[in-house]
Amino acid sequence: MYQYDEYDQDFVEQRARQFSRQVERRISGELTEDQFKPLRLMNGLYLQLHAYMLRINVPYGCLSSAQMRKLGHVARLYDKSYGHLTTRQNMQLNWIRLTDMPQILLELASVEMHGIQSSGNCIRNITADEYAGVAADEVEDPRIYCEFLRQWSSLHPEFSFLPRKFKFAVTGSPNDRAAVKAHDIGLRLYRNDQGEVGFEVFVGGGLGRTPFIGKLIRDFLPTEHLLSYCEAILRVYNQLGRRDNKYKARIKVLVHETGEEAFRELVEKEWEAIRDGTLSLPEEDVALIRARFAPPKYEDLEDDTPSLESQRAENPGFNDWMDQQLAEHKQAGYTIVNISCTPIGKPPGDISSEQMESVADLAETYSFGEMRVTHNQNLVFTDVRKKDLFSLWQDLVKVELATPNHGLISDTICCPGLDYCALANARSIPLAEKISTAFADQERQKEIGEIYINMSGCINACGHHHVGNIGILGVDKKNTELYQLMLGGSAKEDASLGKILGPGFDEDGVVTAIEKLIDIYLDLRKDGETFLETHRRLGDGPFKERLYSAPS
Amino acid sequence: MARLRKDFTVPLLKNGKITEDAFTRVTGETDFPSTGALIVDLTSWQEHRSELLGRADPIGIELAAGESPSEIADDLGNLSLVALDFPAFSDGRAFSSARLLRERYHFKGEVRAVGDVLLEQLHFMSRVGFDSFVLDSEDPVQEWLIAQDDLNLWYQPTEDGRITVRQKRRG
Repeated sequence: MYQYDEYDQDFVEQRARQFSRQVERRISGELTEDQFKPLRLMNGLYLQLHAYMLRINVPYGCLSSAQMRKLGHVARLYDKSYGHLTTRQNMQLNWIRLTDMPQILLELASVEMHGIQSSGNCIRNITADEYAGVAADEVEDPRIYCEFLRQWSSLHPEFSFLPRKFKFAVTGSPNDRAAVKAHDIGLRLYRNDQGEVGFEVFVGGGLGRTPFIGKLIRDFLPTEHLLSYCEAILRVYNQLGRRDNKYKARIKVLVHETGEEAFRELVEKEWEAIRDGTLSLPEEDVALIRARFAPPKYEDLEDDTPSLESQRAENPGFNDWMDQQLAEHKQAGYTIVNISCTPIGKPPGDISSEQMESVADLAETYSFGEMRVTHNQNLVFTDVRKKDLFSLWQDLVKVELATPNHGLISDTICCPGLDYCALANARSIPLAEKISTAFADQERQKEIGEIYINMSGCINACGHHHVGNIGILGVDKKNTELYQLMLGGSAKEDASLGKILGPGFDEDGVVTAIEKLIDIYLDLRKDGETFLETHRRLGDGPFKERLYSAPS
Repeated sequence: MARLRKDFTVPLLKNGKITEDAFTRVTGETDFPSTGALIVDLTSWQEHRSELLGRADPIGIELAAGESPSEIADDLGNLSLVALDFPAFSDGRAFSSARLLRERYHFKGEVRAVGDVLLEQLHFMSRVGFDSFVLDSEDPVQEWLIAQDDLNLWYQPTEDGRITVRQKRRG
C-alpha cells in the first residue's frame, strides 16, 4: 500500500504540531470554545453527547498492521479500549480527553495517520472499493487516483470553507462496492471502446435529509484530467452552492436546482479554462504513485486448493465461513477475506483494542501486513493464500472475528445513534443488536440470502438507510423513539432510494415487522431472487398490504 | 484569535508589513471626493463608472461574497485594488474569487481581504492571491509570521510561486 514519503510525513507532523499549539491555547483559556470549535473540527475532533470524539482518517480504507496496532494502543491508553469503524471507512474513538490530544496526534502521526478534514465543510476522506487493487473484476486500481485526490484535497487553499462537507468515492470495478452514486462526486474507472481508461463522473448524489442518486455529468474523463475536472466542479460549487441554509448547502441541491444540463455546462466551461494547466497528471507522475502501490510478492500457486474440501467437510463452522466471507482475487491461489466486525448481538463496527492488535498480527501472518476497512463497517484481508484459510479461520475464531455473515441479514450498517451522537433522535445500536439476534440462525440467514439492512438514528442518514434493501430511520415522536421502514434501496451499481413504507414502529415492533417482511419475501420470491429483486418485481404493494394488515 | 475587520482604521498588513492605507472606502455615496484613492462597491462602480474613471487617483472595487470577478473583468486594467469580503469566516467564496482574479484575469493590483476571517486562514489567503489584510490584532506582523510558519509544504499548485510537493518529487 501507499507509504508516506518524507514530504507526506513532514506535512502531517507540521499539522499535528499546529493543532497541539491550538489545544494548549484552549486549555489555557486563551481560546474560548466558540473560537476553538472550527479549529478542532478541522482536525476531526467533535464534542458529542458525553465526551470528545476523534475521527481518524483511513485513506480509502487502506490500513497497515502497524497502523492497526497503533489504533489499538491509542484506544487502550486514551479511550475505553475500543474503536468504531464508520461507513466512511474511518475509525472513531468515542471517549477522548482534550488534554490527551497533543500526545494522541503525535502517536498517530508516527504511523502516518491523522484526523485532518475528517469533519468540517471541506473535502472529507476519500473512500474506495474495499477490494481495490486485488479484485478479480477490477479494470484499474482506483487507489492511485484516490491518492492523487487525497493529496490534492489536503488543506486545499481554495476549498477548505465550502458551503458544506464534500465526499468522494472511487471504484475501478463494474461491481460498485463504494456506493459511488451516493456521493458528492462518485468516480468509476472503466475502459472505453478505444481501450483507453477513464472515469465516469457522477455528481450530486447523497443521502441525508434530501437523498439523491448522483447524476452522470461526464461519461468519459481521461485519467490525466482527474484533478482539473474535480477542481472545476469544486470551484463551481464553492461559488454557487447555497450558504443560506445548511440543509440545502450540499452540491446535490445545487445540481438539482440548477438542473443537470446547466450544471454540466458550468463545469465544462470552467474546466475548459484550466484543463491543460498545472493540475494535469502526466504519465511520469502517475507512474511514480503507481509504483507505490506495487503488488506484494505473490507466490506462484495453483488456484485449486484440494485441502480445503476436507477441512470444510470436517468443520461446519469453517464451511459456513467459507461460504460467506470470500471474494475472488486476481492472483491464482489467493483470495480476499471479509472479516465481520458485526457479530450477532453486538454493535456493528465496534472493535476492541485486543482485537485490533490481534488483527494486526494476523494480517502480518496472512495478508502481507495489509487490511481494509469497508463502508459496511467490517474489515478485509486483501491477500490471503487459499491454503492458509483454515488456519486463519481458527485464529479469527479465537478473537471472535469469525462471524460468517458477510452480505447476510445480520450484517447491518448502523450509525452510532443516540448512545453517542448529539444529533440523533433515536438509538440505533441496540436495534441492530436485536435484529442480528432475531436472525442469528445461520441456516435461516442463508435461506434469506443477500440482503442489506441499513439504519440511522436521525434523518442525517449516517447509517445510509435510504440505500438499504431495508432501511430503518429512527425518529423522535412525542419523546418516544419510533422507527420507520423503507424498502428497495441499493448502494450498488443499480443504485436506488427506498421510500417510507407506512407508519413507524417502536423498537420491539420494528424487529417483528422486519421478520414479517422477510416472511412475505420468502413467500413471494421466485427461484433464486434476492430480497431486492423480489421487491423490484413487485414494488411496495404486497409488502405494505401484508405488513399492515391485521395480525395473522 | 484575530479577525480581519472592515474598519480600515486598524493597521493594514501588506506583504507581511504594516503599511499605511492609501485608500478611503466609500459606500452608498454619490458625492465622491475629488482627490485621493477610493474603494467603492460594485453598484457604485457600475452607476458612476465614467465619473470614477475620470478621477486621477487610484480606484479599487470591493466585491461582496457572491459578486463574481467576471463582472469587473473588463475593468481590471483601470483598477489598483480589489477588496473581497468575507461576511463570515466560514463563507469561502472569496477564496475562489481571489484565484480567478490572479489566475484567470491576471490582475496585478492589490487583492485585499476584508470582513470576518480567522487568523488561521491567512495562510490559505496568501496562497490564493490575497496580498493585503486588515488585521485586528495587537501584533499583526507576528500573527502573519505565525500563519506563514504553520505549513511549509503544499500539495496544490496555485500561482503564488510556491513549489508543490509534486514538483519536489520530480526533482
